[in-house]
Parts: sequence; C-alpha cells; structure tokens
Amino acid sequence: MPVQNNPTAPRVLGTQPDESTFQHRKRDHYAHVFSQSVLPRLFLVAMCLLFILPLYWMVVTSLKTNTELTRYPPTLFPENIAWGNYPDSIRAFTDTRAGVTFWTYAQNTLIITVLCTLGAAISNPLIAYGFSRIEWRGRDQVFFVVLATMFVPGSAILVAMFDIWVKIGQWLGIQTINSFWPLVVPAFFGNATWIFMMRQFFFQIPKDMSDAAKLDGASELKVFWQIIVPQAQAAIGAISIFAAVGAWNDFMGPLIYLQTKAKYTLAIGLAQFTSSSTHDVQFNLLMAASTIVVIPVVLLFLFFQRAFTEGISVAGIKG
Amino acid sequence: MSAPSTALPTPLRRSKWSITKGERKNILIGLAFISPWIFGFLVFLIYPIIYSFQLSFTRYGGILPPEPIGWANYTRMWNDEVFWKAMKATFTYASLAVPIGVVMAMAIAIAMDQPLREIPLYRTVLFLPSVLPLFATSFVFMVLLNPNTGLVNQILRSIGISPPNWFGDPSWANFSIVLMAQMGAGQIALIFLAGLRGIPKHLYESAMLDGASWAQRFRNITLPLMTPIILYDLIIGISGGIQVFTQAYIITDGGPARATTYLVFYLYNNAFRYSMQMGYASALGVVIFLITLVLAGVTFLTSKKWVTYDLT
Repeated sequence: MPVQNNPTAPRVLGTQPDESTFQHRKRDHYAHVFSQSVLPRLFLVAMCLLFILPLYWMVVTSLKTNTELTRYPPTLFPENIAWGNYPDSIRAFTDTRAGVTFWTYAQNTLIITVLCTLGAAISNPLIAYGFSRIEWRGRDQVFFVVLATMFVPGSAILVAMFDIWVKIGQWLGIQTINSFWPLVVPAFFGNATWIFMMRQFFFQIPKDMSDAAKLDGASELKVFWQIIVPQAQAAIGAISIFAAVGAWNDFMGPLIYLQTKAKYTLAIGLAQFTSSSTHDVQFNLLMAASTIVVIPVVLLFLFFQRAFTEGISVAGIKG
Repeated sequence: MSAPSTALPTPLRRSKWSITKGERKNILIGLAFISPWIFGFLVFLIYPIIYSFQLSFTRYGGILPPEPIGWANYTRMWNDEVFWKAMKATFTYASLAVPIGVVMAMAIAIAMDQPLREIPLYRTVLFLPSVLPLFATSFVFMVLLNPNTGLVNQILRSIGISPPNWFGDPSWANFSIVLMAQMGAGQIALIFLAGLRGIPKHLYESAMLDGASWAQRFRNITLPLMTPIILYDLIIGISGGIQVFTQAYIITDGGPARATTYLVFYLYNNAFRYSMQMGYASALGVVIFLITLVLAGVTFLTSKKWVTYDLT
C-alpha cells in the first residue's frame, strides 16, 4: 500500500540540508535507539523479574529446611536442598480415616481434566462448524448471542445451578452432588470463547475443497469429519489444552460440588492442607505441594506455548 | 426445483420472510451442528438465570421446597451491613484492578512491540504466571507477602521502609489482591500486542513525516485503534473483577474486618458454608448479575463515544 502523503504537510526531508539538521538527525537517531531498544528492554527485564519472582520463590521455599526457613535475612537460594520436603508434602495430603492420599486427589483431578478436555475437543469444533461453514439465515444473529454469553458472570447463578444439579440427580436417579457430573458435563456443550476461536479458524480454511465434496454428494457431517477436522488439528489441539488447563486450575466448581475427601481434587486438597492444620502451616511443605500441582500446567504451557499465544491473540481480536 | 416457485417467479411471491426449501435445509443442518450449544445455553445459562430470580423471592434451605416470601430477601439485603461492606470491597477491588490491569498490559504490549530479538523469551516469562492456577498463586503470595517472614517485607525493611501488613491490614488487603491480580497481565498484554501489530505501519510513517512526536502518535494513532480491544478487555475485566473469590477464600477468609468479603465470597458463605440460605444467596446472585449487566451495558453504550472502528 503506498504511503498516502498529505500534500499540504511540510516536508521534513530535503529541506535545509545544513549542519544543524545533520546534528539534529544524529540526536534523533540516538533518541530512536533509546526509545526502541534500551527503554523497552529495561522495562521488560524488570517486568520479567517481577513476574518470575513468585514462581522462583515458590520453588526456593519448597526446598528449604525448617531452620533455614526462619533465617533472617532469608537465603535467596537454599543452602541445604531439602528434597525430602516433596515426599513429606505428598504425605501431608494423606487422611487415613477418610482413606485418601495425595494420589486419590491426583486421580480425581486427572479424570475431571481428561473428560473436560474430551468434551471441549468434541463440542466446540462441531458448534463452530455450524457457525462458520454452513450458510443459514439468522446464523450471525445467533452467534452474537454466543458472544454475549462470554460476559455473563457464572458465579451469580451458582446457587440455582447447584439446585438444578440436585434436581437432575433426582430425575435421573443418579448421584450428581459429590460427583464429577456437574464439573464435566457442561464441557460437552461448548464454551463461547473456544467456539469463537474455532470459528475464526474455520473461516480461514478455503471453501473449494468442501464445496467439491458437497457437489459429490458428501453430507455436512462427512465434510466436517473428513475435510475440516484434519485441517483444524492445530486449533482443536489449542482449545484442548485450554480446556485441560482450565479444568486442572478450577477451584470454585470442585469446592461447591465435591463434598467428601474421596472425591476432592488437588485444588481442594491443597486448600484443606492449610485450613485443617491446627498449628501454623509449614511454608516449605505448602510450597512443595503447590509446586507439584503447578508443574503439569507449566509443562503444558512450555510445550504448547504457540497454541497458547496464538489462541489468546485470536480470542481478543474482533471488531 | 419445486413447481410453485418456478411457476410464479415474481417478486411478490418471495417476501423477506419466505424461505426456500434449500434455505430451510441449511437452517436445519446449521441448527443441528450448534444444537449442543443451544442445549447448554438453555440448561446451563438461561434456565439458571430465571431460576435464580425465582429463588431470590423465597426462603430456601435446599431440602424443603422453596417458600415464597416476596421481597423479603431484598429488604434484608438493603439493611444488611455485611452486604454493603461486600459491595464496597468488590467495587474497591474492581475499580483498582481493572484500570491498573489495562495500563500494565498496555505498557508491556508497547514494550514488546519494539523490534527486539529476545521478545519470545519475554513472552514466555510474562505469559506463564497468567496460566497458573489462582489458588496456587494465592498460596505463593501468602508466603511472599507474609508480614514477618515474607521476602517482600524483608527487602523493604532492609532498605529502611517500614513495610505494610499486606493481607492483614484492612486498608492494604484489597490493594494486595489487586497487586496479585497483575500476575495475569501477560495474557491481556498478548491480546493488546496482537492488536498493536495489526495497526497499519504506514499510519505511523506518514505521522512521522509530518513530525509527530511519540506521544502524539500514541494519542492519535495507537490509542484510537486499540479502543475496540480495550473495550473487550474492560468488559471481560469488569465481569471478572466483580466475581473475585478465590483469593478471599484462600488468603484472607474475607478479612481483615471484612475488607475482602467480596460479593461472591459472601454469596458462597450464605449458600454453602455457614448456612444453607439459598434464597438469600440467590438474591445476592441476582444483584451480582444485574450489576455486571449494568456496568457492561454502560461501558458498551458509552463506547460509541470513545471506540474507534475506522481511522480515516
């Protein structure tokens, strides 16, 4: 695209080519270097230090012995690395009376996470296909409703939702409260943000292949499954990761619906860790347990960073 | 294909609302594909909203059927000192967290928009904290901001500043949680960065030829073109800010002196913790819902005045 220049604007280049302009331009150059590389670098490095500090301190604290923990001033790196804090913190989850260990919580969290991920990976592409690859009257108006639901505060309808799950349990004759159902089932009905992301992605896939398939008599479902899904694997992978992290990180859902220790997730187990102990919490064990719970998320993030960053960028950009 | 439509192809025959066979087929297929969303929308959103309104006019303990009591829950709320404290706490938090978050994210995004080789590194470090579970970050900040043994206060003391009591001081507790929320700024910064990269470069080039300073370029090009994304973030931020809960549950237990008894925390306590006052909790939920709706609506409506969709 050509630069549209305002003809009445004063031209800076080419006027008065004397010494002062040269000096001026040199100074401009330094100012330019300063504003484009020195200043942002300083700022970003400072920000990075601030942002990494909590994580760093979590790991460092988790590796300190009880005596080192009370040292003043605090050591910035543990002198005697207390690896034993990790098995100790895992043992601290154990409740023999309830018959649960850390692994009970880990298993529950994993089951919920896998099911939520599966639900998101199945439902969102199907729904997004209906909102992007099929032309139907009213489609974009309905999609506007999808977008509007993003802003509805879920916690406002918490009580009603809880009671609805009680009723669903009574109708179907299954136990819904203190079960994984309320945490997992909604994942199979789509999420506005992920539908939006998938839809944006589907719009980018060229129409000719699916049009040709349709002329050959392929059904929409077949086009979806055989043409669109193979090309959208990266996007489906991205929302799966979002769903997995979302389920793993969920706190309020498990807090409300899970009521016995045998059903708790790691999040709730960890919260119990601090509230149930009568004596003061041992910070090194608390940080060790937090590190263990956080590690899977950090690994997922580091491995699939591109999916995260691109997904987030797509989710935020719209007219 | 069908006989009547070929026999009478006059405009009179096809009004705006008439639907051809092919169109109807497409609508049905389209609806079939989005049917999971429709079901979820009705069962997990619309019905709970209606049911929340219904429950808010009842006394309900979860076991006996809801007993209608008219506006009693709302009059009780009006006279409930704790409710007003929760309103104050929630608004204090949201009115600090949302604007600070936007400024932080914008600053990071602008810095990352410069041509630096190591941008991917910054992106990793700055984005990582925002994907961590809030409950875990809460524990870390409990340790980090511990008034006696916490690293932050040790540093402050060593440079001669008498440190605050952070989560333990009613006048600092909200600000501490606002500070903690900034760990999520990297995510918004990435959204802003994508927006910044979408601004056509020639706008800046011609502005520079006209001798516009950095501040002028920011004010007249960057900011106006970023307003749609800022609007999106504001609405998401307001909705999220009003729902603040986990930090209060884990770190402060609503204290000290109820300074962090947020609306959702108070709702939770009423419905699930101390008593099964589900009618009153529903009324609180309705108020939270309406506040969010009004604030998002006002933001959206006033946005016509400050959001630029086309810069020409």
